[in-house]
Amino acid sequence: MHNSSTQPHSPNPSAEITGLDTLYEIETPEGIDLTSRLAGPVPRLLAYSVDLFYRTVILVILGIAVTFAGNAGVGLWLLISFLLEWFYPVVFEVLRGGQTPGKRAFSIAVVNDNLTPIGWGPSIMRNLLRFADFLPFGYCAGIISMTCSRDFQRLGDHAAGTLVVHRDQAAAPAALPQVTPMAPPRGLQLEDQQAIVSLVERSGELSRARQQELADLLQPVTGKPGDDGLNRLHGIGRWLLGARSADDNLRSADRQVGGQ
Amino acid sequence: MKQRDFEQRHQSLWLQLENTLAGYCKHAPIEANGSAMVEDLPASYRRLCQQLAVAKERQYTSNLIARLNQLVMACHQRLYQEKSVSRNRWLEYLFSGFPRALREQARFVWLSCALFLAPALVMGLGSYFNDSLVYAVLSPEQVLQIESMYDPANQVLGRERGSDTDLQMFGFYIKNNIGIAFRTFASGILFGIGSIFFIVFNGVFLGAIFGHITRVGFVTTFYPFVIGHGAFELTAIVFAGAAGLRLGHSLVSPGNMTRRQSLREAGREAMKIMYGTFLMLVIAAFLEAFWSSSTEVSIAVKLAVGSFFWLLVLGYCFLAGRRLPTTPSAGGRL
Repeated sequence: MHNSSTQPHSPNPSAEITGLDTLYEIETPEGIDLTSRLAGPVPRLLAYSVDLFYRTVILVILGIAVTFAGNAGVGLWLLISFLLEWFYPVVFEVLRGGQTPGKRAFSIAVVNDNLTPIGWGPSIMRNLLRFADFLPFGYCAGIISMTCSRDFQRLGDHAAGTLVVHRDQAAAPAALPQVTPMAPPRGLQLEDQQAIVSLVERSGELSRARQQELADLLQPVTGKPGDDGLNRLHGIGRWLLGARSADDNLRSADRQVGGQ
Repeated sequence: MKQRDFEQRHQSLWLQLENTLAGYCKHAPIEANGSAMVEDLPASYRRLCQQLAVAKERQYTSNLIARLNQLVMACHQRLYQEKSVSRNRWLEYLFSGFPRALREQARFVWLSCALFLAPALVMGLGSYFNDSLVYAVLSPEQVLQIESMYDPANQVLGRERGSDTDLQMFGFYIKNNIGIAFRTFASGILFGIGSIFFIVFNGVFLGAIFGHITRVGFVTTFYPFVIGHGAFELTAIVFAGAAGLRLGHSLVSPGNMTRRQSLREAGREAMKIMYGTFLMLVIAAFLEAFWSSSTEVSIAVKLAVGSFFWLLVLGYCFLAGRRLPTTPSAGGRL
């Protein structure tokens, strides 16, 4: 993610992002680039099926309930099924921060294409056009439109100017390995430093053996094979992050204070 | 500055911001962690933005940048909400906005009207003079059903004879008719083809029924029934078609804009028509369920009221909102 910001500013910010990442970047009025991860067809379809399930359950329960209410009950049921069909997503998107229950389950959300919260107009628009996306059957038009567009927009999204993005959960700060910080050798390039720091940050996610394998690639730098080399890399990483002694451990202290 | 020092220096602001945002979400500030709330969100947000920019420039680790980006995003969502300043926008829309939107899109309204009326006239005259033409559109069972609905020998009027309280029919009309209008509009995005199809289809269908019923001679039951809600329903279908055509036209002929921009512009304009259309269809469903089907009101009254509705709707579309708003709030929308 941070690689994209190393390049000079261009008039079209999203063109800066290269590679496979489906990132969406806009420049805010404050002059910074805001980045968001776009949600692809798969989580969106899954979220839709969750919503469809909820809606069906509501209608079935209601259908059983209104059998006792006679014809007026049927009228009520038809009315509610109409509202659920067309306005269920609208109400949730506007009042619940862009998330229907299904979208919440997959932590994705609808936003305007300037990454601001969606309002009534665009939400009604994109949900009315759901019918066109459904054509000719099973959301064919919508899926084709999503796969063809850069930002995974279905037809309704195009017309309303909306996007579906991942709502990232706050990640816990990485726990750093408890090793004595060590000054890096001279002549370490910026990219090398970043690689080492990122290895240290991911030390909790990678197995020890895999880390050793990676560390062995850097034997010219560490000068030691196996576990010693890895420890040395961890030490260098912590030094690069600013630690100067083994118990100088701001990161883990954060975790207790910040809670998230 | 090393990342660790940077984090240490600004940690308290980030915690405060996180705390403040969590407070907005739950409508009650969280006093946990001993961290205070941010007093001036915009100012703190600008500082946060600056810190994110610095962190990116100095190439701090992706963890930190992700955290800051997320925090900035949350603040951005909080600060830049689209809220209307003016309170009586709905009233203004009803009295002048909707008819004005229709007249702005007059081309499409007239086109939609022609697409609806021409097939309806052809089919209507056709099935009036030729008793077999109606079967080209409807199955014999459907024709029988419709005939029995409007048979003057019946006591009950309406689409589903004998089955009904008015409320049930209201639900049915809402779901069915508004669904048709929404589909007519939505399918317009397929280069207008969908809207054209739905309008012409409705024109053919209704024309055949009108012609056939008139030929059979159930005039005294059929016309008093349809005239009242027809004023709202038929016009609303035409308007929904016009909104759909506007969408389609923006893709077929985007002019100086890209197709994306053109579509968004058209979407905004079409929505202005759709709100009013929705309202008209709700009125139509209400009339159809509770007024048109009533057997106690005499035919003359129904025809008179129905004609009044037609005059009302047409007068509204042609005349309402002609005068420019005198209040300076014309540009006062956000």
